[in-house]
Amino acid sequence: MTAATIDAVTPKASRLDVRRLLRMGGLTGLAMTFIAANGMLETFNNRLLIRPILSMGYLLFLAIPFVMGFLIGRRVEVEGVETAPRTAADVVMAVVAGLLAGLIAALFAAIVNAFPGLRGTFPRFSPAMVSVLTFGFGVGTGFLLLPGVAAVVGAVGVGMHWLSDRLRKAVSVAALVVVVAAVFESVVKDFFEWFATLPRFLYHPGGGLKVVSAIVLFIVAGVASFFLQGRKMPGFAGLTSQDATERRRSSLIAAVLVLALTIVVPMLLGGVLNELLTNVGLFMLMGLGLNIVVGYAGLLDLGYVAFFAVGAYTMALLTSPLSSVPFQLNWWQAFPIVLVMAALAGLFIGTPVIRMRGDYLAIVTLGFGEIIRYLFLSDWLSPYFGGAQGVRRVPGIPLGSNLVGGSDITVFVYFTLFFVAIAAYVSWRLQDSRIGRAWAAMREDEDIAEAVGIDTVKAKLLAFVTGAVLASFAGALFAAKVGTVFAHSFEIIVSIIILVVVIVGGMGNIAGVAVGALVLVGVLGGPNQPGLLQEFGEYKLLVYGALLVFMMLQKPEGLLPSARRARELHQEEYLQDAWLDKGGQFVGSEQEA
Amino acid sequence: MTATTAETTARVRKVFRPTWVDTFLWAIRIGAILVIAWGLIGSIQNFAAGRGLSASQWRDLIIAGLSQGAMYGLLALGYSMVYGVLGFINFAHGEVFMSGAMVGFIAANWLFDAGIWAANPILSLLIVLAVAMLTSTLVAILVERVAYRKLRGAPRLIPLITSIGVSFFLQYTFATLFGVGVRTYPQAPEMFAGALSIGGFRIGKASLLVIVVAILSMIGLWYFVTRTKSGQAMRAVAEDKEIAALMGIDVDRTIVTVFAVGGAMAGVAALMWAILFRGVNFFTGFLPGIKAFTSAVLGGIGNLVGAMGGGVLLGLFEGVGPLLILGGLGIPGVSQLKDVVAFTALVLVLVFRPSGLFGERLGSEDRV
Repeated sequence: MTAATIDAVTPKASRLDVRRLLRMGGLTGLAMTFIAANGMLETFNNRLLIRPILSMGYLLFLAIPFVMGFLIGRRVEVEGVETAPRTAADVVMAVVAGLLAGLIAALFAAIVNAFPGLRGTFPRFSPAMVSVLTFGFGVGTGFLLLPGVAAVVGAVGVGMHWLSDRLRKAVSVAALVVVVAAVFESVVKDFFEWFATLPRFLYHPGGGLKVVSAIVLFIVAGVASFFLQGRKMPGFAGLTSQDATERRRSSLIAAVLVLALTIVVPMLLGGVLNELLTNVGLFMLMGLGLNIVVGYAGLLDLGYVAFFAVGAYTMALLTSPLSSVPFQLNWWQAFPIVLVMAALAGLFIGTPVIRMRGDYLAIVTLGFGEIIRYLFLSDWLSPYFGGAQGVRRVPGIPLGSNLVGGSDITVFVYFTLFFVAIAAYVSWRLQDSRIGRAWAAMREDEDIAEAVGIDTVKAKLLAFVTGAVLASFAGALFAAKVGTVFAHSFEIIVSIIILVVVIVGGMGNIAGVAVGALVLVGVLGGPNQPGLLQEFGEYKLLVYGALLVFMMLQKPEGLLPSARRARELHQEEYLQDAWLDKGGQFVGSEQEA
Repeated sequence: MTATTAETTARVRKVFRPTWVDTFLWAIRIGAILVIAWGLIGSIQNFAAGRGLSASQWRDLIIAGLSQGAMYGLLALGYSMVYGVLGFINFAHGEVFMSGAMVGFIAANWLFDAGIWAANPILSLLIVLAVAMLTSTLVAILVERVAYRKLRGAPRLIPLITSIGVSFFLQYTFATLFGVGVRTYPQAPEMFAGALSIGGFRIGKASLLVIVVAILSMIGLWYFVTRTKSGQAMRAVAEDKEIAALMGIDVDRTIVTVFAVGGAMAGVAALMWAILFRGVNFFTGFLPGIKAFTSAVLGGIGNLVGAMGGGVLLGLFEGVGPLLILGGLGIPGVSQLKDVVAFTALVLVLVFRPSGLFGERLGSEDRV
């Protein structure tokens, strides 16, 4: 390592790095301006997390200078190189950068205020937006207030590094608990219907946490976290260190626990949340299916929604009295046919792409997805598929003498969870099976896999077929749930969201996919379904896009990675290349490898 | 000697037994050819019987296809160059194009309101072109800097997934900033309306303008790539990054140049879109992007002349294909299926000839 590299790794703390300061401040200012300009701040301001002092909009807005401060104060620890000491220079830098950022945002507010004509092009540039941006005090005061607030928050961000590790963790956990409690307001209210005192104590009648309860929660969670830290917790890290039989037992216990939860939780939730849970379940199903194709076999399928569509349309055509199919089956009778159709679709789409290199495969599957959607939508085939009208009056799932459809969501959710459980079990059994190992080998190196006798054609097709069948579970359920199947539900964005779920959760890991679906689809929402934070509406796709980029750059293995996949993605070779390309600067997660 | 060669060939032939996958692929190929031939025959019959479109209508379709193809070609250059140098599909290139078209719209609208649009049409078009090119170039450079630079040497699919994320981020950035509605460019100045007669061949002025601009940009690009130092550096980096670096070429800067040039071409394509279709919104870039990628593959990825040729071919196919083939088959609602034809073309190109019509030109490590 040359002297220059060491300098790059450990910036001299005593000197104020002006270029870094300008870059940090400028980027922060632009980010703050961005979320104001596209209306996120204003829209999210309608959702109060802590009434009346903190809205989701301001939380997001202030998180930006906070992260800036945190990054300014961070010291990248590199083995063998002494880390620069923390000095007051960091605080000065954060404050100045915060001032700069706030100034940019204030300038933006002033521009919007001065040129009302801009609204013709940018519909979000309204006086209301300026008012929210300047904390309701107008542009003049905003010029003082915005830089001031950004500087203070930036300094707090740096200050996080001055706390001891233990205290910092406790504060983070406490803040997280408060935010989660606020976001999950409707869940908590549903859960404690039998003990309404608790939600009444926690939440303001108009929505959002009360100030008092937020403080109490913060303190309780902080203290608990501070004193409980360091104790042995049965977490994932603990799990991997256990030996085989022990691990088997703990995972069995975990499975039973999860199973018990899935039975109990829907009973406690009301209709709206069960609807949400059903949507989450459908995305879990598709996520688990795509996980087999992308996570296990390493085939990037961007048209995965096609199998969902095939499942839904087949089920709808076979069960609806209005369809072009002359006979009518009930859901259970039609189900095997749906699976066969999906498997055939998997074969049909899988075979032509089998010899293609990975990136071409991705684009061709995307093409197939769109072709299928256009065909379902077309006038040409509308005698069969109903064109833009779709297939209507799809009955629910027969259970006893009832038909369970979308209107009986509290029952329907169990069907969904049942199929999720099946999909999870199938994925789990496949993972280390003969074909699972073949997939892993193929994913790492196709040529070598072939050389050691793996039939890659068979392995690839099996991945496609299994993935397709799991997606058709979701399709069949979806048809029964919504009652009307039409092509609009199967746009490319669905494939992308499933991909984000798999990638954020952790490719190749069942628990990761489940958690990914729960967090992303549950909180942000699916392509056409609102999540817990309904305010995200039109912004969720923006967030999904940004999330995908962020994950790829910082943590390509996902939040809950499968151990094997993580190793692949952080290969020595990759590290060295990255090292050379960056002039020897360590960035982000590489040091974890 | 010859005998042994013949023997080996015979033995190789015996060993090479087509699997059922090959059979399936051949079935697809033959099926596609049959369907196309059937449609063609049907169309010719229709034409001979005087049904369907007249000769002049077919000619208009061909010209429309050509001008659209020129646009795809310019976009395809961006895909081709990036693939040639970095070995991944820059899925966000369609959005680079869209951003040029959107910001170009603001300029055009402003010029229209100020009265310059009607008074000085050529100057206005040049201004819009400059704005669109500048925006697209900036967006392309920014995307490279923020998203792709960190991923050099990462497994092939990682940058592709990243570019999908970038693509959606850009789309919805524009959707949330500008609203989701379609914005319509002001009516083209009068001097570009109507048609021109060249040697008894009538051609719409707008189409002619698009084709001329495409040819000019292509010549400019050709000059840049073959005759300048930066162009030479680009070709060297495309061939082998490490060796190029050893020869004293700044690889990072050259890659930025690649993105900038691709972005500039996308900006030109954005102006063409404005002339041909006028309406833009945040989703404008998605389909042209995929079609342009198809063109790039059709021409042989990494091959710049091929990209342009592939674009023109695809434009023609898309302009004429639906009516010629699907119409000949007697399928109703053909215009709805325009994009199906384009996507089918994509699938067929990749099944039939993934190395393209004019041959791939890839760096040493990307050749498969």
